[in-house]
Amino acid sequence: MSDYRIKEHPILPVPGEAVVPFTWKGQGYKARKGETIASALFANGIRIFGHHHKDGSPQGIFCANGQCAQCSVVANGLSVKSCMVPVTDGMKVEPLEGKAKLIDVDGDHRFHDVETIETECLILGGGPAGLAAAIELGKAGVNVILIDDKAALGGKLVLQTHKFFGSIEACHAGTRGMDIGKKLEAEVRTYPSVRIWTETTALAVFSDRKVGLLRGNHYFLVRPQVLFVATGAREKSLVFKGNTLPGVYGAGAFQTLVNRDLVRPTERLFIIGGGNVGLIGGYHALQAGIQVVGLCEAMDECGGYKVHKDKLVRMGVPIYTRHTIVSANGKEDVESVTIAQLDPAWKVIPGTEKTFKCDTLLVAVGLDPVDEFYRKAKEFGLPVLAGGDAEEIAEASAAMFTGKIRGTEVARMLGRDVGEVPVEWLHTAEILKARPGAVITEEIPDHEDGVFPIFHCSQEIPCNPCTSICPKGAIKIEGDDILGLPTFDETACIACEQCVAICPGLAVTLVDYRKKEDEGVVVSIPYEFNQTTIKEGDTITVLDTLGKVLGQVPVVKIRAPKFADHALLVKVKAPAEIAKLIAGIQVQAPWVTKSMEEQIQRIDDDDIVCRCERVTAGQIRKLIREGVRDLNHLKTLTRAGMGACGGKTCPNLIARVFREEGVPAPQMTPLTQRPVFMEVPLGAFAGVITGEGPTRDAAPTSVGTLEGGV
Amino acid sequence: MAASVYDVIVVGAGSVGTPAAMYLAEKGLKVLCLDQFASPGQGSNKAAIGGLRATHSAPAKIKLCLDSLKTFSTWKEKHGFDLEWFQGGYLFMAYRPEEEKVLKDLLVIQKKAGLNIDWYGKDDLLKIVPGMKEEGLIGGTFSPEDGSASPMLSNCAFHQRAVELGVDFRFNERVTNIMRRKGTVVGVRTDKGGYATSCVVNAAGAWARALAQAGGLDVPVNPDCHEACITEPAQRFLRPMLVDIRKTPGAANYYFHQAHTGQVISCFTPEPPMLGTDRRETSEFLPMIASRMVKLMPKLANLKVRRTWRGLYPMTPDGSPIVGQSKTLDGYVDAVGMCGQGYMLGPGVGALVSRIVTNSLNKDDGEILHELRPDREFAGTEALK
Repeated sequence: MSDYRIKEHPILPVPGEAVVPFTWKGQGYKARKGETIASALFANGIRIFGHHHKDGSPQGIFCANGQCAQCSVVANGLSVKSCMVPVTDGMKVEPLEGKAKLIDVDGDHRFHDVETIETECLILGGGPAGLAAAIELGKAGVNVILIDDKAALGGKLVLQTHKFFGSIEACHAGTRGMDIGKKLEAEVRTYPSVRIWTETTALAVFSDRKVGLLRGNHYFLVRPQVLFVATGAREKSLVFKGNTLPGVYGAGAFQTLVNRDLVRPTERLFIIGGGNVGLIGGYHALQAGIQVVGLCEAMDECGGYKVHKDKLVRMGVPIYTRHTIVSANGKEDVESVTIAQLDPAWKVIPGTEKTFKCDTLLVAVGLDPVDEFYRKAKEFGLPVLAGGDAEEIAEASAAMFTGKIRGTEVARMLGRDVGEVPVEWLHTAEILKARPGAVITEEIPDHEDGVFPIFHCSQEIPCNPCTSICPKGAIKIEGDDILGLPTFDETACIACEQCVAICPGLAVTLVDYRKKEDEGVVVSIPYEFNQTTIKEGDTITVLDTLGKVLGQVPVVKIRAPKFADHALLVKVKAPAEIAKLIAGIQVQAPWVTKSMEEQIQRIDDDDIVCRCERVTAGQIRKLIREGVRDLNHLKTLTRAGMGACGGKTCPNLIARVFREEGVPAPQMTPLTQRPVFMEVPLGAFAGVITGEGPTRDAAPTSVGTLEGGV
Repeated sequence: MAASVYDVIVVGAGSVGTPAAMYLAEKGLKVLCLDQFASPGQGSNKAAIGGLRATHSAPAKIKLCLDSLKTFSTWKEKHGFDLEWFQGGYLFMAYRPEEEKVLKDLLVIQKKAGLNIDWYGKDDLLKIVPGMKEEGLIGGTFSPEDGSASPMLSNCAFHQRAVELGVDFRFNERVTNIMRRKGTVVGVRTDKGGYATSCVVNAAGAWARALAQAGGLDVPVNPDCHEACITEPAQRFLRPMLVDIRKTPGAANYYFHQAHTGQVISCFTPEPPMLGTDRRETSEFLPMIASRMVKLMPKLANLKVRRTWRGLYPMTPDGSPIVGQSKTLDGYVDAVGMCGQGYMLGPGVGALVSRIVTNSLNKDDGEILHELRPDREFAGTEALK
């Protein structure tokens, strides 16, 4: 039996053995304790979860976030979203083939009333923005309820195994995202006026200014005086042939499977999109022992930080700029992917197609704010602020800082004497939101003596941990904010290697000429992969910033100092002519990234725009040509936007078809958005007592039915 | 401006206006249909839950709905457009003697009007609806020829057919004035222009009163608001529309059915009514409807709710529609006040309107028009609103 669990990871602790027995199609498997059905199936090599009732197309993981219904399976007779429901002892899991069967229930249910809880501030989302706001509100003694739909606080920080950019003072730069989440949580938990409910999902903001929440299976209402929306972002989707095959999904789903559940959902991965999300996804994949075949980006340059891109390139991942995805190929799931080069008019240049063998395609083509609660609250006159990605898409470092600002603003709205938001905060927030700036040629020092760091850092981004960490204070940032590049006073280095260890971009090396007599310069390189993959005495391939092979060099020493926080510092001995150019160690062998000889293209399938209701671009195009301009009219005629995800995925894609047809945006009437945010069983709204759901951190006013031994 | 002269202008491209425009064009008239929203059915049609029945208590409504049912049930074979028609019947159940009496009294009128409807005892009802709560169930009426279809698809189908027949539709256009000369309609003015006509049909649904006033008239139509919800699809487990007419705090009744697509759609009549045109979702609705449905049929607890919405019922004082030519303004026809049943009445009323406008009334029409006449007293109330 195949086992796709991650057994060792350079950064993340590995959870226990799979011990919970369950069956899939009658065959026995095992899950880790608390593991979702989706992850347990992936861990056992299963990723086709059923077939769509409309056209029989194979279905599998897409959002891994409870928002769509593509991962639905039948567990103990009930249709459930497999990404949300944990495996229980002896659970019988079957694929969902077509529509679900509603099974009979014995006896009557017991019911509880749907209570309303009052609070000063309700925070939706326990990610960087929500936690940072809760800290400010906690300091001011404001009564806060903070909810998050996941079991652990931190939002997407939980999944970020890399060290963060930004500034140490403003947003814990140089620390791994997952550890920042823990720091913020620990601080929030010191404030007694902040109540935290995890595994709690917001379903709707109603016109009577109450917010409907679901905690486990328990539905209740909260009436806040002020609502703070920190619900983060959702991923954009893309239309191409084969875009709904199992094996095509977003970077968020991927990170959830890999970094939260430690499942290796793929052996060979291809990535679409060169923003930070796609670049980091590739890095996380390599850390999990997954081969990354390549990454394509439609623009001339990757949109993400150059250091992230360089890091990936140095690991041996080819980046195809000015390339687009043509198709994901395969019958029941992804078997290969075809990309092609784009001409200046963004059209595919015939003959440039390349097909790569891979089993998974990661779609990372940008983010949209999850702002429906914010908009509804505005409409209904409930005082509301938004922060983080829910307000404006930016880095998590910016989300933390805007959360802090918004938290202060909420405290002021509630009449607390917290003073004005300092002007410097607003300035810092703007800097943290800055897009990556100019690329500057790397400056390599001329001299060849002593010991000094080299900064393979050549793009203006908001980042400064190296300046704060140097015990000699010898590293400075050019200019008066943290966007500039670092410079170094070369006489001061004591070879402590702390700058090498802290750089989130792994873009600092240390060259040591002091023992040059035995023919070689010692270079320290940061390395964030499993310790078992490298040892002293090995000969390794070293690369320059752009991923060019410089040569083979011996490893003379490996250190794992505490300040490096799970990273290794690898010392190699290199010839003088390449020593200063070395920027990284090749992780992935070149053959991994070779394209196939034959070209494959799917042509038997129209491109799907609405994945829930299986609506093709062709159907939509036809109606646009017939004069349809109201998306609600289009929805009636095709059901596009009427499906399980509630029109969260396809409106952007439909808008694109409209643009392609030359319809200006003002002529379109947008889809009417309706509650509820996520599909929830009628029994929850009815107040059926099921005995399931979380029992920790319950609200004092709502514990009666929640914890009282139901 | 010859292009702006029409035989008849229908105001409202909803459940009533769209089929009315279609039938008027079938009679060979040059028709313009105006609507304030962006596309057909965006007022209250898209908020309807899709139930289609002739099971009413007022003879006029029974006749009009029987006519509508013919249209819905045969549309696919005649025109090839699938309205998702499903003939599962309507089932009104009685758990207490008071409901038993109401339903049995109505049965006399309904049978007299020629409806296929009968009283079923508890055991027979449970055969029709397995899984329904048995305790206290006395029996109920079941009308197997009623059913359901998709309101939005139906309206799109009527719109498509109307366009084929030459009807001009103009959307995002609001009528501001019905122009009159010497007691006769001469045209309409809108926020975008003006059109000449000698005949205006008011099919403006919840906005009917404002339109009548734009013609210097009045009509006693006042909207109230109902909320509805729809679930994920499931394999068929329920055939009829179930109507539970027991009152509970906040609701005069509730009803639900499983659509052709497998989704369960439900709604109730708020008590007291929520007057006005507010269509913003409330926090009370879902817990109220969900607990009643789950108590009636425990397995529904596991069916997931996908969406909720609110829609307007254009109510009249006696619960019956107002249909007919105005006594004071020549060329002005009311087809309003459908009281939340515009979808099931639409084709029947639309066809009737086309006969009014072309002076081709048939023998049953006289009685219907007398019952629904705009200048009636509005005494009494409809038993099955």
